[in-house]
Amino acid sequence: MTAACPACAALPDPARAATAAPDLVLHLPDIHCAVCIASVEDALNAVPGLGEARVNLTLKRAFVASGGVSPDTLIDALARAGHRAQIFDPGLLGGQDRSGRDLLMRVGVAGFAMMNVMLLSVAVWSGADHSTALLFHLISALIAVPAVAYSARPFFGSALGALSAGRLNMDVPISVAILLALLASLAGALLGHDRAAWFDAALALTFFLLVGRYLDHMGRSSARSAAAELAALEAPQAVRVVDGREEIVRATDIQPGDLIRVRPGDRLPVDGVILEGETDLDRAALTGESQPDAVGVGDAVAAGEVTLTGPLLVRTLRAGADTSLRRLADLVAAAEMQKSRYAGIADRAARVYAPLVHILGAASFIAWFYATADGWRALDVAISVLVITCPCALGLAVPAVSTVTTARLFRKGMLVKSRTALERLAEIDMVVFDKTGTLTTGRMTLTSDLSEADLMLAAGLAEGSSHPVSRALAAAAMRRGVTPAKLSDLREIPGHGVTATTEAGPVRLGRADWVGATEGATALRRADGSVLPLAFSEELRADATDTVAAIRDAGYEVTLLSGDAPDAVARMARTLGIETALPRMSPEAKAAWLSAAKEAGRKPLMVGDGLNDTGGLAVAHASIAPSSALDAARNAADLVLLSDHLAPVAEALRAAKVAKARMKQNIAQAVLYNVVSVPVALAGFATPLLAAIAMSTSSVTVSLNAVRGQK
Amino acid sequence: MNVLVFLIPVSVGLGLLGLAAFVWTIAKGQYDDPEGSRQRPLDDRFDDAPKR
Repeated sequence: MTAACPACAALPDPARAATAAPDLVLHLPDIHCAVCIASVEDALNAVPGLGEARVNLTLKRAFVASGGVSPDTLIDALARAGHRAQIFDPGLLGGQDRSGRDLLMRVGVAGFAMMNVMLLSVAVWSGADHSTALLFHLISALIAVPAVAYSARPFFGSALGALSAGRLNMDVPISVAILLALLASLAGALLGHDRAAWFDAALALTFFLLVGRYLDHMGRSSARSAAAELAALEAPQAVRVVDGREEIVRATDIQPGDLIRVRPGDRLPVDGVILEGETDLDRAALTGESQPDAVGVGDAVAAGEVTLTGPLLVRTLRAGADTSLRRLADLVAAAEMQKSRYAGIADRAARVYAPLVHILGAASFIAWFYATADGWRALDVAISVLVITCPCALGLAVPAVSTVTTARLFRKGMLVKSRTALERLAEIDMVVFDKTGTLTTGRMTLTSDLSEADLMLAAGLAEGSSHPVSRALAAAAMRRGVTPAKLSDLREIPGHGVTATTEAGPVRLGRADWVGATEGATALRRADGSVLPLAFSEELRADATDTVAAIRDAGYEVTLLSGDAPDAVARMARTLGIETALPRMSPEAKAAWLSAAKEAGRKPLMVGDGLNDTGGLAVAHASIAPSSALDAARNAADLVLLSDHLAPVAEALRAAKVAKARMKQNIAQAVLYNVVSVPVALAGFATPLLAAIAMSTSSVTVSLNAVRGQK
Repeated sequence: MNVLVFLIPVSVGLGLLGLAAFVWTIAKGQYDDPEGSRQRPLDDRFDDAPKR
């Protein structure tokens, strides 16, 4: 049979698929419609010297044959057309697309073979005479043997792997059933026995299980590739100063002792000491502190912090794997190990099921051989037991539900990254939030009530800086419809504030002690010399209050763990109605608190975004990170929010419970079907026809239960 | 029953034809971008010929 060979030949062959040679991949996060496709392709095709450009809307990527045009030119061209684009390193994704196509090909081959053999079997079942049945069996064998050899390879491979490691997994009974059914039927056909042939059963088993496997793969690969995509987008770079010249290098290439230039808005790539410049340093990612710190020459800075106002020259003390980020990475690695040991429902079912199937099969063979002394008859019964117990429905039970739920959550703005995340999410009994960047947007809002003239002045000063306070003032002015005052001689003093001159005298906006105020953290000095303290608070996410209320009403205990100062945390907890709120939590303290909760028998869900949360995200029973989170946090989390809203958190908790209930129902259905059919098989009444009907109906009912609408 | 000599090869051959078509669609990458394939017909420029 040649069935396997064209399949091999057509399997994704990157060299050939690349005749148009797309050597550059751009990530286009915002495209969503036909018009976007057209305008992106137009914009790219208008760039001179560029080869073929094709948009893939499913992956939100553009594959471009660059022909030597620099990526920056393309990104500029797309920006002019109104599209955000980023360079994407496909090397970080590995061969995920390949295995999807590969599985699909196997499904196709198994489906083709199953349908043809089924046609021949119908003739046998409806009573073809001896020689015709024999001919049909031989033809079936001719189709089935190569088809199974090709299609069922994933099962054989996994079963061999498990056996050589001295374990049993679900693929062992599957492989045994497929192989026994195939070989015994083949022997029967070649020797001219007038016995039932199980070719169709072997193929149907392969086909349905492959469908389950493919669903499982699709569900996870879309999530995984999106997660890897997030990581692939952030190849951190640094500006190294060598002999007075600046060069851009990968952050991983920096050595201790190197001088690094950090511009305002940049995230520090290394731990080090400031040699030149002063700035306000945003440490929220590491500590959860919402107010920036003023730092200057000689102060220590750590990787992950963001400089807000002034440029810095930093001498590297520790780089790469040695930075303070490292201890967070260690926390994460240890916890991930633990999490990967979590056995999902399917694994637990398989652990009970696999030995049972073997024992039943072997017992029926021995019993029948002992009773009838007919080896072929005993083998027939053993095969029917193996085929019937071999659970197509069980193979579909969990992946069908998780695929449907994952897709549903994706439409609601949530990415499920981990395979067992839904099951773990269903077991949650307490929800732990981080404050800065999770419940809040990380931006500030003005809470003082300013007169229009003061706001005009403050907003005018704020134009000279990109400090969070300045942005809050600009936003407040915009909301009130106040035009910022035009000021001359506007200067930012990094670490202190902004100063300018008016006709009536100098004005200042900045730290209270620098401006001359005695109270508050930030103040404004008017032209007449009087001082006005300004109060700011963090801006809550729009739906934070509703989400927290919804989660609490659903019966979960809600806790706030923050690295920020006690009064800020207490205020936030009061606003949101959270009873337990712990301030000044270091990254280790967060992880330790969650471990302690777990040891006390709780199942905490961690929702956090910063580097200081990664340990907690990894330790918690399940974890969610918002899209604005740092890549380390997104990597550690099981689910990633794709929008700016928190509402999907409550939705995910609900959906996970429904999903887990469906999985249990499905497994119960699959078991029920076995309870009914196994005695029939043991009694020797099972025929290939019965097996075919039972297998198809149970698989279909399980799939239907998975897609059934949710209330 | 002699007719089987023709019918069986014909039936298997038709099945193989279907399989070959399926293999061809995979090799052409027709399942790589279902979302894009759903949207592209809405744009006029693809009216005369689909983009390769």
